Amino acid sequence: MAHDVAAPVQAPFFTTGTRILAAIAGIGIAVYIFRLIAGLGMVTNLDNQYPWGLWIAIDVACGVALAAGGFTTAALVHIFHQEKYHPVVRPALLTALLGYTFVVIGLLADLGRYYNVWHPMIPFMWQGNSVLFEVGICVMIYLTVLYIEFVPIATERFKGRVHLLGRLSVFDRLIEWAITLADKTLGRVMSLFIIAGVVLSCLHQSSLGTLMVIAPTKMHPLWYTPMSPLLFLLSAIAVGFPMVIFESILASRSFKLKPELDILSGLARFIPVILGLYLSVKIIDLILRGAWVYLFDGSPASLMYFLELGGGVLLPLIILMIPKARGSVGWLFTAAALVIGGVALNRINVFLVAYTPLYATKTYFPSPFEIALTAGLIALLVLAYRAAVMIFPVIALPAGVRPMVVENKNKALAGA
Amino acid sequence: MKRRDILKLAGAGGVLLLSGTAAAGDTQGMASNDDALGVLVDTTVCIGCRKCEWACNQANALSSRDSKAFEDKSVCRKQRRPVDDAFTVVNAFDGRRSDGEPSYMKIQCMHCFKPACVSACLVGALRKTPEGPVTYDSWKCMGCRYCMVACPFQIPAYEYSDPLTPRVRKCTFCAERLGEGKKPACVEICPNEALTFGKRRDLVMLAYSRIRQFPDRYVDHVYGENEAGGTSWMYLSPVDFTKTELPALNSRPIPEITETIQHGVFRWFVPPVLLYGILGLSMISMKTGDQDKKEDDNGA
Repeated sequence: MAHDVAAPVQAPFFTTGTRILAAIAGIGIAVYIFRLIAGLGMVTNLDNQYPWGLWIAIDVACGVALAAGGFTTAALVHIFHQEKYHPVVRPALLTALLGYTFVVIGLLADLGRYYNVWHPMIPFMWQGNSVLFEVGICVMIYLTVLYIEFVPIATERFKGRVHLLGRLSVFDRLIEWAITLADKTLGRVMSLFIIAGVVLSCLHQSSLGTLMVIAPTKMHPLWYTPMSPLLFLLSAIAVGFPMVIFESILASRSFKLKPELDILSGLARFIPVILGLYLSVKIIDLILRGAWVYLFDGSPASLMYFLELGGGVLLPLIILMIPKARGSVGWLFTAAALVIGGVALNRINVFLVAYTPLYATKTYFPSPFEIALTAGLIALLVLAYRAAVMIFPVIALPAGVRPMVVENKNKALAGA
Repeated sequence: MKRRDILKLAGAGGVLLLSGTAAAGDTQGMASNDDALGVLVDTTVCIGCRKCEWACNQANALSSRDSKAFEDKSVCRKQRRPVDDAFTVVNAFDGRRSDGEPSYMKIQCMHCFKPACVSACLVGALRKTPEGPVTYDSWKCMGCRYCMVACPFQIPAYEYSDPLTPRVRKCTFCAERLGEGKKPACVEICPNEALTFGKRRDLVMLAYSRIRQFPDRYVDHVYGENEAGGTSWMYLSPVDFTKTELPALNSRPIPEITETIQHGVFRWFVPPVLLYGILGLSMISMKTGDQDKKEDDNGA
C-alpha cells in the first residue's frame, strides 16, 4: 500500500464524452418518468406472451453479473490476501455499489407495483420456494453490505475536514466524532461484512441462473439446464476481473493516467482458468443433456449460442493464454471487452432469446422507450462513477503524483 | 489471537444474518387434498356457445359488454388466449366430428396442484387453497410478472395499461362463490353440461367411466389427471391431446427442479454457513503475520 494512495481524481467533470452521456441520461430520465405516469403498456413492448423484456435481461440480469468485480476482487485481496491487487478493490467496490443501485432503479421501472418493492422484507410475505425471493433478499442485503464497505472510503475523505457552514459549524465536532467512531467500529468488523458480501454474491449470482429453470417448456434446450445456477455463478466470477480491467483502462484513458499494467496483466492470468472451467461445464452439460444437436440446426438461437461461446468465452480465453497479449493494454482491453460482451450476451440469450411463449403470435423486440431507458441508466451509471471517483478516494494514483490541488479542492468541497 | 475471535464472531454473525433473512416455509398451501374441488371439461359435449365467457365476465365484473357480444361464434376460430379482461375463452379445434363441425375447448387457469406461479411468487400473492382454487392477492403483489414466466399454460395476464395499480388477472375458480357453496359461474351457466363441477377425486372416476362407456367418443386420456403433477381442471377429448392446444406435459410438477435446487442450497442453511466458514478460515490461514498491521490500516 505504500506505493499507491487512492485519492479523488482531479479532472473536469464535463467533457464532450460526458456531455453526450448526460444527454442520453436526460432522455432516459424523461422516459423513466413517463413510464411511472403512463404505465408499462404505453412504454414497453411487453405483453402476456412476453412478461419479461429488455429491462430484466439487461438492467437487472446483466447489471448484477457485471457488478461481480466487487466480490471477486474483495475475495482475492481480503480473503486470499493477494495484496498486490489492493488498488483495484476500491474501483471494483464502487462499480458493484453503483451497479447494484442501478439494478434496483432499473427493476423499479419494470415492476408493475414498484411501490411494493419492499414487500419481500415483511416476514409474513416470505415465500421460501421462490427463487426470486432469494434473489431479492440477497440483493437487498448485499447492497447494504456494499454501502457499509464503502463507508471507510467516505470517512477517509471527510475525516478531519468537517467544516459546516455558518451556525451549523457547532456540529463540526459531533460529526467528526461520529465519523471517527464509525470508522473505528467498522474497521474492527469489516471482515465480517466482506465475507458476507462474497457469500451473498455466490448465492444470488447462482440463483439468477435458477430463475428460468421454472419454465422448462418455454426455454430453448441450448440454455435450459438444471446446471444453470452453476453456469451463472461461474460466468459471474469469470466476468469480475475483466470488468475491473475494462474499467481501469477506460478510467486511465479518460483521466490521462498511466494504466497499472502490472496489476491488470496479473489479474488477467486468472481469467483463462475461470473461463476454461466455465467453458468445460457448459460443454459437458450440453453433451450430457444431448442438447448439442441444436447447435447445428442453423437457427438464430444456435448462432447466438456460437457467438456467446465462441466470441465471448473461447476467443478471450485464447487471447489471455498468450503472455504477450496479457502485457498489452490493447489486447487486455479487447479480451476483457469480449468476456463482458459474452456474459452479457449469455444473460440476454437466457432471458430473451431462449424464451419462446407457448402460444407465440409475435416475437418480442424492445420498444424505443425501453431502449432509451436502459441506455439512459447506463449513461447515468457512468456519470455517477465519474463523479464518485472525483469526490472520493477510489482510484489509486502512483505515489508522489497526488497533487496539492486535491487537498485544496477537498477543503473547498468540505466547506461548501 | 484477537483476529481469531473476530472470525469466530464472523461465523456466528453469518448464521444470524442468513437465518434471519430467508427462513421461509417449505411449502405453503400445497394441497393434494382428496376433497379438493375440480371441474371436468368434456370437449365432446361443448357446443362453443360462449355462455361461460359471458358468465365469467359477469361474475368477475370484467369490462361491461352486452351479452350479445358473446354470441359471435366466429371468434372461436381465432385461437384466443385468456387476457386481463377475459379469464376464459372457448376455442375451436378439429375434433374429427362426423358432421364436419369443429369441437370446442374452454381455456382458463388449470389450478394446478403444484402451481408454478405460486412457487414463483416471491411475496406469496398467489396461493393454492386447500379447496382447489389458486387465488391472487393484489395487495401483496409487486408486479414482477415472474408468475407469467413460470406458468406452463400461459394463463396469467397482466393489466399493462394500468399505470398505478396493475393486477395479474386469471380465472379465480370463483373462489368466493365456492365459499358460499355455489358452483363456478361458468359451470352454472353451461347449457350442455360440458362442465362438471365436483370433488376432483370423483371427477377422475367420472372421466374414466365415460371413457369406458364410450370408447369411440374419447381418447383414453384424462388431461390434467397427472399433467404437471395434476390439475384441478381436467379435460376429455375426442382426439389425442397433442392435436389440441393443451401443451404436452409430463407428470412432474413444473416447480420441482427449482424448488429442489433452492432447498438444496439452503438446507438448514448449511451450505451458505459452510461457505462463510471456509472463506473465514482462508482469511485467517492465508494471512502472514507481517500483513496484519497493514490490514488494520485500511478497512476496505
